[in-house]
Amino acid sequence: MKAAAFDYVRADGLDHALDLLHQYGYEAKLLAGGQSLIPMMAMRLARPSVLVDIHGLTELKELDVTAQTVSMGASMRQRTLEYADALTGPLPLIKKALKWVGHSQTRNRGTVGGSLVHADPSAELPLAAVVLGARLYLKSQQNGVRDMDASAFFQGPMFTDIQDTECLISVEWPVWGTRGVGSAFDEVAIRHGDFAMASAAAQIQLDEAGVCRRAAFGLGGVDGTPRSFPELAQRLEGERLDDALLTEISREAAMSCEPGNDLHASADYRRHLATILAGRVLRQAKQLAQSSFRGVGHEH
Amino acid sequence: MSTRKFQSVAITVNGIVREAQVEPRTTLVDFLRDTLGLTGTHIGCEHGVCGACSVLLDGEPVRSCCMFAVQAEGHSVTTVEGLAPEREKLSPLQDAFCEKHALQCGYCTPGMLIACHALLSENARPNEAQIREAISGNICRCTGYQQIVDAVKHVVEQEVPHE
Amino acid sequence: MSEKKAFRYIGRPRRAVEHKRFVMGQGRYAADIPLPGLLHVAIVASPYAHAEIRSIDVSAALEMPGVHAVLTGEELCSATNALLPGVDAPAVQRYPLANGVARYAGEWVAAVVAETRALAEDAAELVEVDYAPLPHVVDPLLAMEGSAPQVHPKHGSNVIFQRVFTWGEVDDHFSQAAHELSYQVRWARSSTVPIETFAVSAWWNGATNMLDVWASIQMPKYPDLLAKALRLPGNAVRVHYDVDVGGSYGVKRGIKHTILVAYLAKKLGRPVRFVEDRLENMRGGDMQGPDRLFDVKLAFDSTGIIRSMRMRAVDDIGAYSGRSPLQLGKPVGAIVGPYRIQSVEYEAISVMTNKTPQEAVRGFGQSPTNYAIESGIDKVARYLGLDRIELRRRNLIAKDEFPYLIPSGTTYDSGDYEAVMDKALAAASIEEVLQQRDALRAKGLLAGVGISTCLEPSGGNSAFEPLFNPKNTTTTWMDSCLVRIDLSGAVTALMGTSTSGQAHETLVSTVVGEVLQREPDDIRVLHADSLNALPSNSPVGSRMAIMLGGAAAGAAKKLKAKLLRIAAHNLGLPEEQIEYVDGAVVAKADPAVRMSWESLVDIAHRMYHKMPEGMEPGLQEKFVWEVPTGGKMPTEDDRVQMYPCHSFESHVVLLSIDPETGKLIFHRYVCGHDCGVMISPDVVHGMTYGGIAHGLGAATMEKFAFSEEGQLLAGTFMDYLLPSSMEVPSVTIVDHCTPSPLTEFGQKGSGEAGYLGGPAAIASAVNDALTQVGASIDALPMTPQAIWETVRQASTVNAAETECVE
Repeated sequence: MKAAAFDYVRADGLDHALDLLHQYGYEAKLLAGGQSLIPMMAMRLARPSVLVDIHGLTELKELDVTAQTVSMGASMRQRTLEYADALTGPLPLIKKALKWVGHSQTRNRGTVGGSLVHADPSAELPLAAVVLGARLYLKSQQNGVRDMDASAFFQGPMFTDIQDTECLISVEWPVWGTRGVGSAFDEVAIRHGDFAMASAAAQIQLDEAGVCRRAAFGLGGVDGTPRSFPELAQRLEGERLDDALLTEISREAAMSCEPGNDLHASADYRRHLATILAGRVLRQAKQLAQSSFRGVGHEH
Repeated sequence: MSTRKFQSVAITVNGIVREAQVEPRTTLVDFLRDTLGLTGTHIGCEHGVCGACSVLLDGEPVRSCCMFAVQAEGHSVTTVEGLAPEREKLSPLQDAFCEKHALQCGYCTPGMLIACHALLSENARPNEAQIREAISGNICRCTGYQQIVDAVKHVVEQEVPHE
Repeated sequence: MSEKKAFRYIGRPRRAVEHKRFVMGQGRYAADIPLPGLLHVAIVASPYAHAEIRSIDVSAALEMPGVHAVLTGEELCSATNALLPGVDAPAVQRYPLANGVARYAGEWVAAVVAETRALAEDAAELVEVDYAPLPHVVDPLLAMEGSAPQVHPKHGSNVIFQRVFTWGEVDDHFSQAAHELSYQVRWARSSTVPIETFAVSAWWNGATNMLDVWASIQMPKYPDLLAKALRLPGNAVRVHYDVDVGGSYGVKRGIKHTILVAYLAKKLGRPVRFVEDRLENMRGGDMQGPDRLFDVKLAFDSTGIIRSMRMRAVDDIGAYSGRSPLQLGKPVGAIVGPYRIQSVEYEAISVMTNKTPQEAVRGFGQSPTNYAIESGIDKVARYLGLDRIELRRRNLIAKDEFPYLIPSGTTYDSGDYEAVMDKALAAASIEEVLQQRDALRAKGLLAGVGISTCLEPSGGNSAFEPLFNPKNTTTTWMDSCLVRIDLSGAVTALMGTSTSGQAHETLVSTVVGEVLQREPDDIRVLHADSLNALPSNSPVGSRMAIMLGGAAAGAAKKLKAKLLRIAAHNLGLPEEQIEYVDGAVVAKADPAVRMSWESLVDIAHRMYHKMPEGMEPGLQEKFVWEVPTGGKMPTEDDRVQMYPCHSFESHVVLLSIDPETGKLIFHRYVCGHDCGVMISPDVVHGMTYGGIAHGLGAATMEKFAFSEEGQLLAGTFMDYLLPSSMEVPSVTIVDHCTPSPLTEFGQKGSGEAGYLGGPAAIASAVNDALTQVGASIDALPMTPQAIWETVRQASTVNAAETECVE
């Protein structure tokens, strides 16, 4: 399983990388962590003529945390994010999602940008991105920077809106604050670290009276892209989030998905898991939101 | 396909800078094994699942089948051959593996040692759950993992400083 | 066997000799060996499950710089002899490359040889094969029908072996029985999948007419089969057994890989190496395991005593046959398990389909058979409303019944099955475990306790060969050891086969040290090559502790006797008046009268004038022996002594299942194990832990699944799932020892332990959990989806029944 031959260039800056993309177009691929790309190249399912290495670009590794947003450079390693204390308060969902991503060896190389652009329908970071409504910033030499919502970015299995000459440069996540906020991530896989058969993520904000002020949740692995459910989530806002409501919302979300069949899980089974997991993360997020008021400390 | 193209790399391996000409598509594991003759690192799947190829890159465990050697240019790699404190001596971890029978065929062992070494570098007193998590990306078909976990616990109990 | 005495080295904790080099990264595996001017092979494989190969155009591939050859079946199949099955089916022939027809997706069609593996793969993409697809068959039951596409038309059928064996009065026992129960269980295709794939290098030396081979091999008669295929005399093939093998557990039988590489080496005059990549290995390495459907009927009385069994086993062996049909034969030697079943009708059917061929897997068919038998025991218990443990007590062969003759002709040498089961139950604290189960159930989980009591036949008397193929009159199952003491007094032992993690060097040095009363760590054990090795039948069938251990002991005893004779001669005392102590010889009457080890060694090597008359100079002895109780052909009524020694295991498992997801978690896993006297307990325990992990994989997640089109769906480690440290629980092993009367130290074989009883116990636990919802699962692997589906169907049925009632 040796990759087909290619030329390798280590970009000495973002502009250099963009210039190469401009020159080579679809024949070039950006190489960040390589944890998804390189196995595909070993199986000769991917055969770029040129690999442009952006793993070391410091300009793509900047982390900027404000009260409203967290901006992370696309080449930031999953490991760095996993250990970043600065994210614990503002982005607990990311921390939780990262626990499910592969194994420590893959997180030591894999990047947030790489995972998003690879767009595996069962991957954790894309799910977190659509649930939280992250904004992705893309740049090309010709057209400069553009940004788009994560939900619009993911268009199909392993397929995104990124153009051949573009590089994902950063991801911006909205911050909800900590008071009354709880989040949860769960998935079902056969083995620890495997691709999920189904996954779910939720974030909920309650007021002191226990009424939901804001909600977001989504499902992964049960459709061509990770799915978020803003309309269903909106129905939770202003409500007391009793069990029956959460079950109903979970069911509706799962029923609106079109999961695929494969060796490990049938469509039926995935849809069933989706219902269960959506319910679990909604309940867990609600519980954690409640306990944040009791000053039970950061459960993150 | 035209003639093969080579690039020069300089990678610090087990403390020594090694220079060579490689094809860009040569993986780090093939570079270590074929170019440098360090056959202690093994290939099990070439698609990033089994962990037999694990090495330390700048002190952190990575799958060397999921890296091209050219990516490691300027970086520092430690292989199983570099784990011993000196020639013909064993590190406390290597010694614990022998003491606790944490291996049988030995094929996954270099990768396991790398993963366990990295764990102990970060956490000198891991509990069983943390040990199992740390080696969860290294598949063994001989041992059922029990004695590997015991070996790491042995190092912790011995309280010998882990190098 | 001598009376029970304390051993000095046997049975003691001892570091394995092999481990130091492995932890230092100094193992010497087949792909590590440096060879000058080495060339590399990559394979062109058939994408079709069945297709005629009309033509192969290799011109573009040959033109690529760095490519030395592209070999097709046309050349190879005429230049080499075909490999034949282990049963009488001469029309089912196999070559390393397809011979005009590809019979499974992944079959090797051409081999490219180039300066590097990467270049070989580049060139392989340029080979153009013109295929004409043919109808294919992937379902073994359909394949058995006459109208199905024929995998080997010249054989006349897809059934390569079918026989009914009847031992005892089966019809009578069934008609007399108060109860009868029928069931079906399915053991899916899985395998041991070592982390090292098969790797082989060959080098033909035209000046000496010698073929040297280094391979990751675990295979009886490998050099002989290779020589025969290549049309070389046996002494032109030298297999180097001092290659470390990265795990095998049965499957490293790369004879087709080796013929291919050896042929290329001869053709090109340069060393050639083939290391299967994982894709080649999974699809075309021919290392998949039993794929079996069992139909079983049990006849029993109201107290649960099982008197008779009818078992039909259909095994889908894939498109070609090596020894795989014989995996239906080995279980004949333990066909009743550990129970007093008095008669058995056994129908074994081995079927070919257009799938990857099978190879020998750990246990050689015993684990699926144990799973089938144990499933029945649990079902009988449930049927009668009896406790599963109690039912086993009533049926287990009792300790005072040994040696015990089973209906198919094998005598079990020794055992105390109930004691092992009781030890396992005690170690698990069965009462607590049952309470824990109930507490888990109270929390809303499904939870179950599983139990298994299973045989591990050991010793490798492969009498299933003549049983299944009367034309094959092989009854020699041997092993050997040469031990020498050199002029310096250092001891070296030579073994004649390969090692894949069983720590044979440790085994042999412990045994030789025990007999010679010398420090085992000072005893070096080497692997001979096939030309200077004494006869061996390889580490198969859990035989090495018995056979290699026995041979090492035999050779050491001869040396010890020689030393005593030299001492007697030099001391002028009769042998009854002297004794051997730690390598020296002393006069019993006066220990001051002694001859040291050094002086005895010196005499033997240098002082011929001090030797007894006619004694051979030096100190080297060999021991070559036949498996105990072996050497007989089957009787006319198909009865035969199979393996000599019988190890035994009893598993107790507690697990819970999340009814919403079907995922299972282990809470407790205990294995009681009896393999007689353990020579290297740490090694035995290690292999048992590993066997349990293998069994867990086969039971819960491993399957070589194929599509309707005969495409392997689980061809990478992303789809063929191997248990990690997070899926395999902590395991407690408790040992028991019923020594074998047949061996030097009372040792029985082990190496398949854990695997042979694990899947049965896990299935037992899952089914115990599923009783809560009135369901049962009778197929492996029991994946989360499979469990969830079973629960769902049961609740649909229950709901329907409830509706009816209302």
